[in-house]
Amino acid sequence: MTDHPAAPAAGKAPAGGPAEGALLSVRGVDVGYRTGRRTRVTAVRDVSFDLYPGQSMALVGESGCGKTTLGLGLLRLLPRTGVVSSGEILFRRKDGRLVDVRTLAREDLRRFRWNEAAMVFQGAMNAFNPVLRIEDHFLDTFRAHEGGRRRPRKEILEQSADLLTTVRLDPARVLGSFPHELSGGMRQRALIALALALKPQLLILDEPTTALDILTQRSIVERLAELRDELRFAMVFITHDLGLAAELADRVGTMYAGRMIETGTTRDIFYRARHPYTSALINSVPPVAGDLTVPQSLPGGPPSLTALPPGCSFAPRCAHAVDACSHTRPTLDVLRTRTEGLSHAAACLRTHELLEGATRD
Amino acid sequence: MIDRTAPAPRPDRAATAAEGPDGGGPSAEAAPEAAALREAAPPVLSLKGVHQVFGTPRGDVPAVAGVDLEVRPGQVLCLVGESGCGKTTSARMAAGLAAPTAGSVLFRGRDVAAMDKHERSVFRRAVQYIHQDPYASLNPVRTVYSTVSAGLRRHKMVKDRHEARRAVTELLERVDLTPAEDYLDKYPHQMSGGQRQRVAVARALAMNPEVIIADESTSMLDVSIRVSLLNTLGKLRDELGVSFLFITHDLAVAKYFAWDGEIAVMYLGKVVEHGPTPQVVNDPRHPYTRALVSAVCEPDPDLARTKERVRLRSADIPDLTDLPPGCDFHPRCPLYAQGACDTLRPPLVPSHDRLLACHVVTGE
Repeated sequence: MTDHPAAPAAGKAPAGGPAEGALLSVRGVDVGYRTGRRTRVTAVRDVSFDLYPGQSMALVGESGCGKTTLGLGLLRLLPRTGVVSSGEILFRRKDGRLVDVRTLAREDLRRFRWNEAAMVFQGAMNAFNPVLRIEDHFLDTFRAHEGGRRRPRKEILEQSADLLTTVRLDPARVLGSFPHELSGGMRQRALIALALALKPQLLILDEPTTALDILTQRSIVERLAELRDELRFAMVFITHDLGLAAELADRVGTMYAGRMIETGTTRDIFYRARHPYTSALINSVPPVAGDLTVPQSLPGGPPSLTALPPGCSFAPRCAHAVDACSHTRPTLDVLRTRTEGLSHAAACLRTHELLEGATRD
Repeated sequence: MIDRTAPAPRPDRAATAAEGPDGGGPSAEAAPEAAALREAAPPVLSLKGVHQVFGTPRGDVPAVAGVDLEVRPGQVLCLVGESGCGKTTSARMAAGLAAPTAGSVLFRGRDVAAMDKHERSVFRRAVQYIHQDPYASLNPVRTVYSTVSAGLRRHKMVKDRHEARRAVTELLERVDLTPAEDYLDKYPHQMSGGQRQRVAVARALAMNPEVIIADESTSMLDVSIRVSLLNTLGKLRDELGVSFLFITHDLAVAKYFAWDGEIAVMYLGKVVEHGPTPQVVNDPRHPYTRALVSAVCEPDPDLARTKERVRLRSADIPDLTDLPPGCDFHPRCPLYAQGACDTLRPPLVPSHDRLLACHVVTGE
């Protein structure tokens, strides 16, 4: 883990201060990975967004677009070779102080994680330590991240049992079990309970329902929505399942080749997508309801991060690309201004030309 | 291609294939005469009352408990259900990779278990299997050419290396890996997941199969690639008349790929609803199918908020070693009524234009 705090105010100047009342203000964040002695790739480039308390934001895109890297970067959980190389991640803590996650020192960072922001990792199978019982995971978490005096085991276990009950698990059965004794859905729910242990203000979920059965998926989705209503935490969830985004998110950010290329409310994205990549993603999902609709395939894959095209990264695959697209990089322009970070913005040179009839209010 | 043993594509199929913009998508209209033809053609591959019981220290696990399925020429039969419902075990038995504990697997009317060496070799060539995970199903130290041509060389379907390369080039082009020359000498690690899965399809296709068994072949892929692979498979179905036993847990994929075919919904080793795809997906009757269809996350925020959901009485699947009495689904079933449901196992009977196993719905 990269536990070394960055020097404050180093490098390029931040693009504007934090937004008023925002829980999380991400400003011009780049995340890079070292790939050799002198080589590095930038997996996330210049991402900025504001997340307000209680909001739920989905990050969508194909594999390799930087979604998980961004999620890990927000909590400084990147592997050893990864580093948030520039930008600011401003977070409003429970006590009202505004901190830059990049500059938190070791002990502060430990208090920040789980107390303020927690992560539910991809693949519930691998997120637990296979040789520890579920109760040990709870004990470890409370003891490592909770400040103040050391509480007795019994008290912590009682609280853990309550947490498990909130995700509809039977504590008597689950607490004493090893991870392999639980089904995938139970593990995922236990993981969510664990993430909520210290009442974080922000929950980052990486592919929370991937690899789960459809009925299990449904119960997790419903429980998450209920918990969010109850506990009022904000969510950032990373998914390639657009159905999940439509269901669980207030707002969606589409990522492509490390950049945020479109952001807006869920209705903006699904009914009035203005970036051809977002539209292509949505059109490639066959719906279950209604008559047969033929989904459109999106050929090719995202470009290599080491050899990005000079202009718009999506231009080589884009059906609407013109000459300008291959040498001018579009900026994320606001199309419709709203408060609380819900503005609709897209990074496409032809946004205004491509206003086709496929919109609906 | 080398000696085509597969039946010629049916005329109505060829027509729809020519009309489609990409030649891949299934046609939206299900003509009544097509349904009649479907009934008339004898099945290529059929499972007759097959059972598969695995002995474990905790007791016997009846993974598949009496399943009857038929794959007809040029048709798609889609198996859907949650993990552990016996989809893959059924497919493995259909491919002859596992012998059923009871019941039989028939290929062109011949019992696979009773086949002699020659018949078995024909069966092996005619029924091909595409695995779920393209990262695990390709040998990492073999090039694409080596992987795809292995069967051709083994069955002596090519004379020399030159001919083998030509055959492999043709196969790669058929699965849209073009230009094929660029892929011939690549290793799996040099390719993306979608490309690897296409190589796996080309390998299956090399044997001129009559039936392809595709086990969750698209579930590991990104949404954008999934559709183009499904279109490639659809092209094989429409142009070469290959039959498919298609296994998926994704109802949207099942609906798209098997629109002209049939869907069988499995629960705990048994088929609970089986019928033409449009009926099963758009008007599900078995409470389990209804729950599955209603649980799908639709990529449409308004629909997602207004959609009616089926509430199950319990989220947990019963243990296969300790099945409830009566209908397997009754502890979770929203239609559960005291009486037959918890005492009698419902048989799979024709009802509402399909086969259904439910006391409540068939008794209406």
